[in-house]
This record gives sequence, structure tokens and C-alpha cells, in this order.
Amino acid sequence: MPATPMSKAEREPGHAHNQASRVFDLSVHSLRELNQALHKLTPGSNETAWEVLNPKGSHSVAVGVDQPVSIDVRGSVGYYCAGMNDGAAITVHGSAGPGVGENMMSGSIVIKGDASQYAGATGRGGLLVIEGNASSRCGISMKGIDIVVHGNIGHMSAFMAQSGNLVVLGDAGDALGDSIYEARLFVRGKVESLGADCIAKEMRSEHIELLQALLDKAGVTGVKASEFKRYGSARKLYNFNIDNADAY
Amino acid sequence: MCGIVGLFLKDKALEPKLGAMLSEMLVSLSDRGPDSAGIAIYGAATGNEAKITVQSPKPDRDFRGLDAELAKAISAPVSVAVKSTHAVIRTTPDKVDAAREALQTLRPDIRIMGAGEAVEIYKEVGLPEAVVDRFDVRAMTGTHGIGHTRMATESAVTTMGAHPFSTGADQCLVHNGSLSNHNNVRRELIRDGMTFETENDTEVAAAYLSNRMAHGKNLGEALEGALSDLDGFFTFVVGTKNGFGVVRDPIACKPAVMAETDQYVAFGSEYRALTKLPGIDNARVWEPEPATVYFWEH
Repeated sequence: MPATPMSKAEREPGHAHNQASRVFDLSVHSLRELNQALHKLTPGSNETAWEVLNPKGSHSVAVGVDQPVSIDVRGSVGYYCAGMNDGAAITVHGSAGPGVGENMMSGSIVIKGDASQYAGATGRGGLLVIEGNASSRCGISMKGIDIVVHGNIGHMSAFMAQSGNLVVLGDAGDALGDSIYEARLFVRGKVESLGADCIAKEMRSEHIELLQALLDKAGVTGVKASEFKRYGSARKLYNFNIDNADAY
Repeated sequence: MCGIVGLFLKDKALEPKLGAMLSEMLVSLSDRGPDSAGIAIYGAATGNEAKITVQSPKPDRDFRGLDAELAKAISAPVSVAVKSTHAVIRTTPDKVDAAREALQTLRPDIRIMGAGEAVEIYKEVGLPEAVVDRFDVRAMTGTHGIGHTRMATESAVTTMGAHPFSTGADQCLVHNGSLSNHNNVRRELIRDGMTFETENDTEVAAAYLSNRMAHGKNLGEALEGALSDLDGFFTFVVGTKNGFGVVRDPIACKPAVMAETDQYVAFGSEYRALTKLPGIDNARVWEPEPATVYFWEH
């Protein structure tokens, strides 16, 4: 087995489609080979398009990529896909297990299916789009990431969310935004319940503008920013105050 | 951690492959728990035969001549099929309690893994691959089954501490998580006549469900009760003679994914466990909701 797989162009010289693309079949090559090849990328590399075949629920697919390449993963992935992404455009043509896009710095991640628990947890930047549903703890402790979920999100989402935007076209589960700091939450459907110190807030023109820009960026069409409600921090729990003891 | 799997077949054509499919699912989750592994497989109940799965630390000594001695003690036909450290004792359904009692005297070191008309349970310390090979699980046929690979947190790594746990006829349970009120619940169940083999938290969950069902609840109702009476982290997969159920605690930290096609309903701690099932690419795949009971029956 070669240490690094041949590019699609090398393997199939007559292949006209995207000569620059490099195909990694995880039923042939190991996950470590894939991630090391991605980590070896340097600025200005010609290998700007990657395709990953047969992920079959593998953990940690395409973690720690720090170059602006595009990566298409054909199938469903397990834990921690695309974690720490810093600049790549990663698309999963399937569903993602727990912790997708954890601590993303920049770039984009698109999940064509559903995402499991704590999608986008602690993310500091970039855009995470989930075209299906996300389950519990979506955007937990988010710190600047933008997350757009086409479907619903589960309970305890945006727990201790510090900054960034969480946009939900469907419904939100119990205890949305519990102990939230300065992240903005936009929900189009119903919210099962709000967590401690999270309140509904007025949608002012600047929020409509911001939300519309996010929807456009995420490729969402046929949905108006005015259909959403905004939720955020009541700012009562930032510092301990004995009068608020019941709220903790 | 811990890895759990379940497979409930709708298509009879798959029944000869149940053991192979379930084994494949369990082995794929080996890195979720290397301590011990176990599997419960349900074959079709005939109504005129009961099975008791037993385990012995010294199978050569304990299983030799057991069929004749037990048959004499309970005055009924008995067969004993030995598989490594386990054996399946077959007799008539009305003689199960008598056989349990006789075994205590005839073979005091034997432990009962489970009993019923349909279920056989095999569990041992070791990796799933080794356990599956030891008991030739891949060759087993059946209608549904559950499996577990354990990373121990609440009690010792022993055969008896391995899952599945069975506390009632044809009932068994596998668990990913840990219960925090198991000592209290165990005390209450002991007062109600239940008996326990281990200090394990999962055995308490299994006994809780058996106890509820003994009080007339169906599997779904028993699982609903577990949501209010058991405190802690859990994803449970439960097998009964005809059915298969799943429930997760309201916090739902412990992972779970399910798939359904016209041929089967499958459960795995992770999607990895489901990837080799037939037709998985077109299956309906979803994450079971927290605090929601799912069950299927034949």
C-alpha cells in the first residue's frame, strides 16, 4: 500500500472531472493517513479538492484541517468530524455523530443529514450548517461560531453560549440557552422551554439584517428573517448575586 | 463508554443470519469496552420446551453427567448442550423452577445466566471477538437479540458482572451508563421478593423491569416507569420473548442510533455498528429521543 494514495488524476488519467481532486477511500486507506495528508497541506497547495469515500461512521474524519481546501465526505461519520476546522469547506453527504465541528475556528462545515449531540460545541468562528436536525446540546459553549440548523435542535442547546449566532428554522428543545452570555439565538419554530437567564428579545432592524445575511450565507431560501424570534441573555447571572440564588 | 447493540428481525429470511449480524455489530464497537462482552439471542419459542443457560467456572467437572442427574432429580427429560463455559439445559416448561432448585444442590458452582422459552445468554470476560468465537455466536439463528461490550465503572470485571442481565423469564437488558440510586431501588426490590446475584447497577435496572412486568405491566409501561424511578445515565436496550425495546434517560448523554427497514429494526451505540447491515444506505436512521420509550413486538 502506498504511503500516500494517488490522486484521482494519477489513478485515472482520463478522468476529466476536477483534475485537482484527491480521493481517499477509507475502506483502503487508514483514517490516520487521511488526516496526516490533510495536515501536510501547505498554503498555495494545488490539492484544493478532496473527496473521502466509505467513512462508515469513522471517528475524527478531517479534524484539524488548517488550509482553505474543500473536502466532500461521501457517507455518514462518527464522533468529532471536522473538529478544530480552520479554513476548510467540509461537506458531509450523510449524517454526523456527536461533536461535529467541535471548536471550529474558521471555514465552513455542511452536514447534509442530521447531527448528533453537541454539534459546533465551543466553536470560535466559521459557519456550521446542518440541513437535517441536530440533537441535544447543539452549540454548547459556543464562542463566536455561526450555526444554522434547517430542522430542529434538542434540549440544552446553546448552554453557556458566549458569542456567535445559532439559527434554527425548526423547533428548539427544553432549556434553550441556559446560562447564556452574549450569543444570539434565532428560532423560527416553537421553543419547548428557555433555560435559566435566557429570555425572548426584540427583533430590531439590525438583527433582521444580521439574520438575513446568515440565511443567505447558509444558502437558505424561501424563509424570511422576520419569521424568527430572538432569544438571549437577561444578564442577571453574570456575577453572583444572592437575590438570584433561585435561578442557578 | 460501553457499546450496546440490538437487532429485531421482521424478515424471516434473515433469521439464519441473526447471530452473524449481531456479532458483526458488537465486534465493530470493541473499542467502546474491552472488559467483557455478552449476547442474548431469542430463538422461536415452541411452547413445549424451556431453556436454562448456565455458566460454570469448571465446565468439565460441572457439565459431565449433568443431564442424567438433573433428569432424575426433577423426573423430566433433560438435555444439556455445552458451549465452552456455558451450557443450555433444555427441559419441559413446568420444570424450570424445579431444575433451578436441583442445580443448587447438584452443582453449587453453576450460575444461571437466564432462562425462558426463547432466550439463550452467553457472556464472558474478554473482547467481543473472543466471546463471539468462544460461543460460536455467528452460527446462531433467531428472531431478535441484544449485545453489550463493557467498560466497567460500577462493579467488578467478572462473568456475572457482564451484560446482558436477565432477571425474569425471557427478559434481559443491556445498559450504557451508570445508575446513582441503584442501592435504594435494590433494597425496595428485595423487599418485594426479587433476588440479586451481583452489586451491579444494571442488574437493578433489569430486576426493576422484571418486577414491573411481574406486576402486570407490559414492556412499554415498565420502561416508562424506569424513567421516573431510576436516577442516573442510561441507554437501555431490552429483550423479551416477543419484543425489543429502547429507552434513554432525559439527559441522554449516552449515545444511541437506530435504523429501520422492511427487514429489521436495529440499535447501535454508534452508526459504525450499523454500517454492514443489509440495505442500511436506504434505511430510516435516527437518534432516539430522550425520555421516550420505543418498542417493537412480533
